Formats: sequence, C-alpha cells, structure tokens
Amino acid sequence: MNDWPELDRFLRTDPRDVGCAQAMDMLHVYVDLVVAGAPVEERYPGIAAHLRACGPCGEDFEGLLAAVRGEAH
Amino acid sequence: MVSGNRPVHQSTAAAARPDAESAEWLRALADQGPQREAALARLHGLLVRIARGEAARRGPRLSISGPELDDLAYQAAADALLAITRKLGQFRGESRFTTWACKFVILEVSAKLGRHFWRHPAVPLDAEDWDRLPGRFGFDPAQEAEWRDLLAALRRAVDDELTPRQRQVFVAIVLNDVPLDALALELASNRNAIYKMLFDARRKLRAALAANGYLSHDIAGRS
Repeated sequence: MNDWPELDRFLRTDPRDVGCAQAMDMLHVYVDLVVAGAPVEERYPGIAAHLRACGPCGEDFEGLLAAVRGEAH
Repeated sequence: MVSGNRPVHQSTAAAARPDAESAEWLRALADQGPQREAALARLHGLLVRIARGEAARRGPRLSISGPELDDLAYQAAADALLAITRKLGQFRGESRFTTWACKFVILEVSAKLGRHFWRHPAVPLDAEDWDRLPGRFGFDPAQEAEWRDLLAALRRAVDDELTPRQRQVFVAIVLNDVPLDALALELASNRNAIYKMLFDARRKLRAALAANGYLSHDIAGRS
C-alpha cells in the first residue's frame, strides 16, 4: 500500500499481458466466451491482463461486447 | 509482456465447426447468385447498425457528432464489409460469424476516430503539461508538498531512464492526453508498437520510483 494508488496502478505492468496484436486477433472469441459466461480470465489471462491495461483495446472490447449483447436482444 | 511469437490461440483447435447460423452465413456469402447479394445486404445492414451504435457511444468524448459522426459510421461499415468479404477464408469458426464480422466494424470505427483527433488537436505533440498529473492521478491537495516531491522524482526518471522514443510516447499519452491510436498514426507506427513502448516506459518508471522509496517494491515481481 502506498499514498499514490492511481499512479501505482497506471505504472504497474503485468508480464502476462499479450499486447494489442494478439488480444485483437482473439477479441471475437473472447467476447463470445464472455457473453456465454465462460471463465475467460482463467482461460485467457494474458488477454484479460491486456484489456485491463490498454485503453484502446479495452474500448474495442467494450464496443464489441455491447454490439453482440445489443444484437442478441 | 509476453513475446509476440506465441499465439494465444495455440491451445484452441485450428478450425472449429461453425454453429448453424454461422454456417448459413458462410454458405450464402460463398454463393454466386442472388443469395450472396441478399446476404451482403443483410451483413451491410448489421454493420451499419453496429457502426452507428459504436460511433454514438464514443463520439461525444471526442467532440464529434451529427452528420460527421454518421458519415464516419457509414464509411466504417463500407470498409468493414470490404475487409470481411476479402478475408472470409480466414474465419476459423472459433466464434459466431457475426461476432467475427462485427469486430471488423468496431476496429474501423476506432481507427477512423483516431484519425479524426488530428483535425482538432488540443495540444502540440511535443508540449509537456506536467500540471495535469495531480488531477489525473487523484493527488490530494492536502499532500501537495509530498506529491510535488514525487512529481520531481518522476520527471527525473522520465529524463534519465527512458529512451527518446519512450519519452516521446509517455509525454504525448500521459502528459498531453493524445489518444494512443492517434499517436500511432502521427508517428507512422501501430497500436501494438506504441503500447509496447509505453509498457516498457511504465515498467522502468515504476522501478525507478520504487528504488527511491516513492512506491512499494513489487513482491509478486510484476513491476
């Protein structure tokens, strides 16, 4: 614990992070698993770590998830 | 960060059997006659719907709205449809076809909004707005003496520890709030390369601040 939690969270990196290219390559598979309620964080920890840390990829994930859920209703 | 040489889908089947609805899409799109035309029209309708929804979700944060945002959505849908028909053979059946197809249009909207940023950039690329950091990281005004000391240490680490390219990326994204995709475009790079550069910069800066007692050492080794 320290006095600068937001800064610490931003600077902290996760070695499992797969990067943008691999996360985007698998995004459709990951989103379908999320919609199905599968344990994606366990199955794809490197993608989960990346989507938490990368603003643009996280934004694309949210967008695709909203699109798929919206089309399902 | 995991090396790019090991695909994350290595453990999944190279090609799964598509579900019935996906198989129907593939069959119709492979047709040469009116069935293909009908499927393309249906797919285009889906892509336009998704693009408009996504543009509306993101647009307000980027000060773009109205007909300009609608044009962007239609253009994204048209470009996505072209990409999908060109890459149809790459669909591996690991997800529903429509999820795979929607990914193209989401990424198109994302890329087009990145390009839009440079039409009205809020700050020059090389400005250094250190004053925005206390707000961005929620520093308490009551602790100003402490965080001024921290910021001075961070600034020294940015100057001493980062390569010129890492420094440029850190300054643009963290100090000047330039979107990562927009920066990638400006530097003729790509999202993955810029993210990797920022990732390495974050790791170095955290290590420097921890070494000087400003942040705790990472017991789990994930710094």
